Amino acid sequence: MTGEVAVLGAGMHPWGKWGRSFVEYGAAAARAALADAGLEWRDIGSVVGADTVRGGYPGYVAGATFAKALGWQGARVASVYAACASGAQAVNTARAQILSGLADVVLVVGADAAPKGFFRPAGGDRPDDPDWLRFRVLGATNPTYFGLYARRRMAVRGDTVEDFAQVKVKNSALGALNPNARYRKRVTAEEVAASAVVADPLRLLDICATSDGGAALVLSSMEFARRHGAGRPVRIRAVSTVTPRYPNTVLDLPDIATDSAVAAEPVSETFRASIARAAYEEAGLGPEDLSLAEVYDLSTALELQWYEDLGLCGQGEGAKLLREGATALGGQIPVNVSGGLASFGEAVPAQAIAQVCELTWQLRQEAGERQVAGARVGITANQGLFGHGSAVIAVR
Amino acid sequence: MSRTRTPVVDGWFADDGDGFRLLGTRCAACSSVFFPREDAHCRNPRCPGGDLEEVPLSRHGRVWSYTDSRYRPPSPYVTDPELPWEPYALIAVELESERMVVLGQAAPGVTVADLTVGMEVEVVAGVLHEDAETIWTTWHWRPAGVRA
Repeated sequence: MTGEVAVLGAGMHPWGKWGRSFVEYGAAAARAALADAGLEWRDIGSVVGADTVRGGYPGYVAGATFAKALGWQGARVASVYAACASGAQAVNTARAQILSGLADVVLVVGADAAPKGFFRPAGGDRPDDPDWLRFRVLGATNPTYFGLYARRRMAVRGDTVEDFAQVKVKNSALGALNPNARYRKRVTAEEVAASAVVADPLRLLDICATSDGGAALVLSSMEFARRHGAGRPVRIRAVSTVTPRYPNTVLDLPDIATDSAVAAEPVSETFRASIARAAYEEAGLGPEDLSLAEVYDLSTALELQWYEDLGLCGQGEGAKLLREGATALGGQIPVNVSGGLASFGEAVPAQAIAQVCELTWQLRQEAGERQVAGARVGITANQGLFGHGSAVIAVR
Repeated sequence: MSRTRTPVVDGWFADDGDGFRLLGTRCAACSSVFFPREDAHCRNPRCPGGDLEEVPLSRHGRVWSYTDSRYRPPSPYVTDPELPWEPYALIAVELESERMVVLGQAAPGVTVADLTVGMEVEVVAGVLHEDAETIWTTWHWRPAGVRA
């Protein structure tokens, strides 16, 4: 088992469409996390930035940009990019520094200012980039991949569009309780059904928006936490950053085709399931130990897939688990009590960090109206473009 | 002036005397198939790596899943902003002998209402878009037995 690191502070800049620089959101989140930790910025020995791709360079190279905005103080810096999994990579980089003794206390920051409309690849004529090719050759936006998964679930698992709508109903009711969420209005199944189809069978209210936002964490060694007087901090016990195994037979963005299983038998466990399993193994815990889960609900249908891939239920039983109310607040295993991407919209490099912020507040019993009673163990799960797994397990 | 027909990507498909086919590569050592084509090295981690030879993919397959694009995709997808947007379907097709799934646009006129998971489809030549000098060609999936 890997050693633990303490979460001393968590902070966010509310999600929205604010029209300002990502630097401002990240710095605001960082200051909030530092205040939550009871630490000064000058006490921080290392800063890790999860990069946005806005602004030409990867987020003007994010770690140093945040350090400059907070005021240069000489801290060690690292910057990481793994698309939607950037935040987990940043958490893992900080953890590795702490566990190896390179740093006692590390600030992790991610922020984004998302453009309007569909995400699109970087400009120019770049036929060697699979992400560019899927747009050029197929016009295959992210929602079309979500639509493919949703239709496949309907055909193979028997899910219905009404099931998908109920995910939105659940998550919007929780987002309404979260002051950091962008969408804070409850949504009805009728409103989902009345929204425009974007990528059949998914409608606008089945698909997450793209948002501005920032999230930050202050992580430290257990020894530093004790010296600092944090008697019983939330601890990060596992960070999964696995890649798929060949042949990867589930079509995933940005790919135009899967691997061929002609020469090598595919492992029975999908990539998404392997992300969770690696986290469980590292933590020495299993799905039965969880109090809550924060999963990457890029679409309503994908949330149901995560239930199965996290082992919250058997394969094909995701919709049943939802219908039983098990994943609602007060249920047996509440999922996305933050409101999820359905209520936040995606601020790419901030999102995996925001998931850990929610776990932190939940495990400290500080989540107010959306508190999961007696929460002790939480998992986050997410997946970054091109095969970046991401899951974090936190305990208290 | 006659316009040239140019594939949107070189080497991914061909329309010769044998009819229209997607082109992949196959590893001579382990027989793994790659589409889009892999020309540098076999990606099977258990394979020492063999020569990669061009191979036509199966003409027919079964629908793994499908969806459509109800809104205009962003660049680098090429569309005429002067014209109203016409949605098109996308089909992911499972090829039995290659044991892989290949995504493609549906042939014009095929909508999601015409499709079911498991249905047999065939690959046909298609046009992605046209400009003053060039007809950009691509592949389309079409329900088997349907004439254009």
